[in-house]
Amino acid sequence: MAAFLEGKFAQAFPSFGSERMGAPVASYCRIDDKPIRSREPVIQPDVIIIQDPTLLHDVRTLEGLAPNGYMLLNSSRRLEQVRTWSQHANIPPSHFCTIPATEIARHHLNRPLPNSSLLGGLAALTSLVQLESIKAALRSKFAGNIGDRNAAAAAEAFTLVRENTGWEGNQS
Amino acid sequence: MRKQIEGSRAVAETVALCRPQVICAYPITPQTHIVEALGEMAGSRNLQPCEFINVESEFAALSVAIGASAAGARAYTATASQGLLYMAEAVYNASGLGLPIVMTIGNRAIGAPINIWNDHSDSMALRDAGWIQLYAETNQEAADQHIQAFRLAEELSCPVMVCMDGFILTHAYEPVDIPVQQQVDDWLPAFDPRQVLDPAEPISIGAMVGPEAFLEVRYLAHHKQVRALERIPQLSEDFRKSFGRDSGGLLRSYRVENAETIVVALGSVNGTIQEVVDEMRVHGHSIGSLSITCFRPFPREALRAALAGARRVVVIEKSLAVGSGGILSADVQMALAGRGTRLYTVIAGLGGRAVTRTSLQRCFEQAIADRLELLTFLDLDTRLIIRHLERERLRRRSGPVAENLLHDIDLIAAQIG
Repeated sequence: MAAFLEGKFAQAFPSFGSERMGAPVASYCRIDDKPIRSREPVIQPDVIIIQDPTLLHDVRTLEGLAPNGYMLLNSSRRLEQVRTWSQHANIPPSHFCTIPATEIARHHLNRPLPNSSLLGGLAALTSLVQLESIKAALRSKFAGNIGDRNAAAAAEAFTLVRENTGWEGNQS
Repeated sequence: MRKQIEGSRAVAETVALCRPQVICAYPITPQTHIVEALGEMAGSRNLQPCEFINVESEFAALSVAIGASAAGARAYTATASQGLLYMAEAVYNASGLGLPIVMTIGNRAIGAPINIWNDHSDSMALRDAGWIQLYAETNQEAADQHIQAFRLAEELSCPVMVCMDGFILTHAYEPVDIPVQQQVDDWLPAFDPRQVLDPAEPISIGAMVGPEAFLEVRYLAHHKQVRALERIPQLSEDFRKSFGRDSGGLLRSYRVENAETIVVALGSVNGTIQEVVDEMRVHGHSIGSLSITCFRPFPREALRAALAGARRVVVIEKSLAVGSGGILSADVQMALAGRGTRLYTVIAGLGGRAVTRTSLQRCFEQAIADRLELLTFLDLDTRLIIRHLERERLRRRSGPVAENLLHDIDLIAAQIG
């Protein structure tokens, strides 16, 4: 929705698995300057957002990630092992970040829903979309106070990621 | 207004603009967000006058729609997969009685084995039940086809299924232009039924018909669908004039000019196929594709004309006639009767198996080299097949197939890891 607000074409779709809490799930998004026709799952992502660090124990999680791709991980710890994995997947240090998205969500939403924080982090890490667009999308998806609190979570995550990656405004 | 919106939501909002008077649904898997959103709209008075009836089963859902339609109401419901099969008897009744109900199918596989994912097995199981069947390539087309479906159904007094790929379309967020109320009101006239149950002028609907006239009733149903072949392109053109975009119609071709090879498919996989066509054209292959947007009535003549220049046709099918092969390809074959066109049937995407560009391209290249099996199963894991056939050969009590294959997948993964 944020990309759409910026005049781009976007497509987002989930991949459903077991219908139970805690089961691994995947969801895909494409952003382009032209209409998107392909319906295949994203096989070679440019960016991967990992909502739960325990998924990294499955080697297939980072499979297909493009060289020089980006990775954003939801974790409150800076895991050295994760650093090793990210190097193994050829992710440049400036393209990789962990953020405590669940904690940020708990603070703003009183619920462990890391999604909006991770979207803020994505905007900071990749500059694919502007933070303002993410906030506008969250506010259009969630009415009133809930939208504002999600937008605040995204903004905090954005700032944190920019600080963590030593972002100087010259990276693409 | 153009929005970034989930497919189900886009369809719900569009159906609401069509002013349905009765919506009935059974809210359980398999179901989509479509009726959930319509239920909210009916409850919050955004959609009035409309009666939303929460029924006890899919059989009841369509039966209530039949009653509502016979009483002169514009009636709508939605289902998929096992839900459609459970209402099968009523599906035939709706068309046999000539009641213009519109129903969305969020296409999904049929069990066993239990599987919630997308393919076309559900609507294909009822392809000959007398309903018109439209297949959407995108969520925009799905939304637009619903507006066209109500007009077509009511003009002809024939029910229409709008088939859209479950999950791939129903759960995908993409841009959809949702018309405004006035546009739809101008284009879709109020329902003027050919037959109506009215206490003031009592009639009965649903007589028993013996051998003396059953054939004729069926012939008239067929005749109606043949007339729809003329009407559907006209409505699509009329829709384009009012709404400014191409949607629906019988079929749509993509880069078929001078194409030696043409790929034919139903639904959203056409988008992926078009990407592959572009890629292969860059490499000098003479290939195009064709999306069939109306499967019943089957546009045999239009298809025959569109495939006139092709040396070979590859049909991508998301369903399987077990023991026979392709379902769509059998119809395509009839359209090609008397020509020397080589026809390949490719079964793909069953039970939600991803149909990838890489696999499609490999398959089309093999077809162009005329090295493709006439009946091919895209990305079939032959290791699993061989293991299972060997198990059956060795042991009489080889056990349940699905459980065995899942076990084998774990074993193979462990060996690789």
